[in-house]
Amino acid sequence: MRTNKAVELMLKASAILVVMVLIFIFSFIFFKSLPFITDNQLSSLFVDDGWYPTTNNFNLFPIIVGSISIMVVPLLLSAPLGILLALFCRYYAPKSLAKVYIALIELLSGIPSVVYGLWGVLVLVPWIGQYAPPGASLLAGWIIIAIMILPLMVICVDNQLALVPKKWLSGAQALSITRWGTIWKIVLPSCISNISSGLILQTGRALGETMAVLMVCGNIVQIPTSMFDPIRTLTANIALEMSYATEMHVSVLFMSGLILLLMTSILMSLAYAFKRQPVE
Amino acid sequence: MHSRDSQLNNARVVNHTMTIIIWSVALSTMLLPLSIISDVFIKGLAHLNWSFLTEIPKNSGREGGISSLFISNSLILIVCLAVVIPIGITTALYLNERVSPNDKVDKWIQISLDVLAGVPSIIFGLFGYVFFCQILGLGFSILSGGLSLACMVLPLFIRLCENNLKNSPASYREAAEALNISHTGFIIKVLLPSVAEGIGAAVVVVMGRALAETAVLIFTAGYALRYPNSLFDSGRSLSIHIYDLAMNVPGGMPAASATAIVLFLLLIILNALVRFSCRRL
Repeated sequence: MRTNKAVELMLKASAILVVMVLIFIFSFIFFKSLPFITDNQLSSLFVDDGWYPTTNNFNLFPIIVGSISIMVVPLLLSAPLGILLALFCRYYAPKSLAKVYIALIELLSGIPSVVYGLWGVLVLVPWIGQYAPPGASLLAGWIIIAIMILPLMVICVDNQLALVPKKWLSGAQALSITRWGTIWKIVLPSCISNISSGLILQTGRALGETMAVLMVCGNIVQIPTSMFDPIRTLTANIALEMSYATEMHVSVLFMSGLILLLMTSILMSLAYAFKRQPVE
Repeated sequence: MHSRDSQLNNARVVNHTMTIIIWSVALSTMLLPLSIISDVFIKGLAHLNWSFLTEIPKNSGREGGISSLFISNSLILIVCLAVVIPIGITTALYLNERVSPNDKVDKWIQISLDVLAGVPSIIFGLFGYVFFCQILGLGFSILSGGLSLACMVLPLFIRLCENNLKNSPASYREAAEALNISHTGFIIKVLLPSVAEGIGAAVVVVMGRALAETAVLIFTAGYALRYPNSLFDSGRSLSIHIYDLAMNVPGGMPAASATAIVLFLLLIILNALVRFSCRRL
């Protein structure tokens, strides 16, 4: 086709712009955390007396533990549930019910996290508080995050199930293999690594989640000893302190942003590692 | 012979058990999100009436309505979309038209898009607060909020547009080549109109995402409750209003729930728009 140099250049420019935005955001966060990296030893993140940013005590360790603990349990709760629900939609529910079900799931996946957080403050926290005051706790965070990522997991598993070749299913039917036998021995083995890849990506959502966690977890900096302890995550920490931070404190907050980015990147490369080309 | 029979029998028992388990899990799990929605509705409906939609907030939002927030939130969305739509479509065109799949450049752009899509939203908030508000001197303003939001939703929009462009029939391109139409002409007259529906749906999806977002906006768009005078004015979004009323305003719960209902209904409308207008996504 006859091409137009100016138009080509414009398209290329915008693609480059997008990549530059990414590079810019990353380097911005890195350079903003440099003063802390060069000034203090990084080890102070783990050995300082505690998190007292006004007196330059930056022990981030309890907050990192908080972030990790808020991510692991919801994954364990909602991953198996997500797989079961996706199987239900694809192999058990009648077509019309499955359609409604998926529509509902998509709707749920669009509910803003701040609304889940509101429900947490309204219902969940007081309810937990009856048994184990104050109620705002790790457990509340687990429940909210598990509910939040469940629809995302169902959608992601459902997308993978859609790629399973139809002829395998009819083959299994011809051999009169039971429905569960087909799922357990044929469907799941063929796409389990892509499913894990998707589930890991969704776990990144849990790690990056801010509002709901900020609202229900109590935001006290400590290493939790039980699931009824309030905790603070990296994301909540940034949201709480960004507005009044000055000098080194700002730099530490950017440092914690960098740690978050690092953790999401690790999850993402794990997800890439699990990914397989779908079978033809 | 006997053991083969019992194996078959076992398989049947397992199969039936799993059927029962899956049905009951599927039906009972749905009760939870539904009860969340109904809890919020029950709390908020009493507070929700016509004047709630048409008055400005009074007494930090406990009384009055949310009319000024509609304006602020729409302006934030407009800024965001004004940046995202042109850059997003041209980038998607570049990826689709210029770069052959499995090319190095393509691969790097794809990876950067994936990474950008996975960045936690609070990081865009942190970045926007320091870069747009402080370094560029925009302060807490609708403009900084919209721009930070644009950084966040850009990868999603590019992905959706790219998928649409990929699905455009190859025969169009062949016909255009046969007719010796210029590449630019093909893009403007044939390709873009053929995927207009899908791109429209992508815009609506992105609007939904932007409307639901809170963490990016807390420290970029600010908290002001009045009607904004310009894009450089601070303005609060509906999502931030919910957060602020629930956490910082004692007695703000009914108004927070009512705002949540409004936000929820807006998102349902957007969702329905996508559903009915287009099935290509």
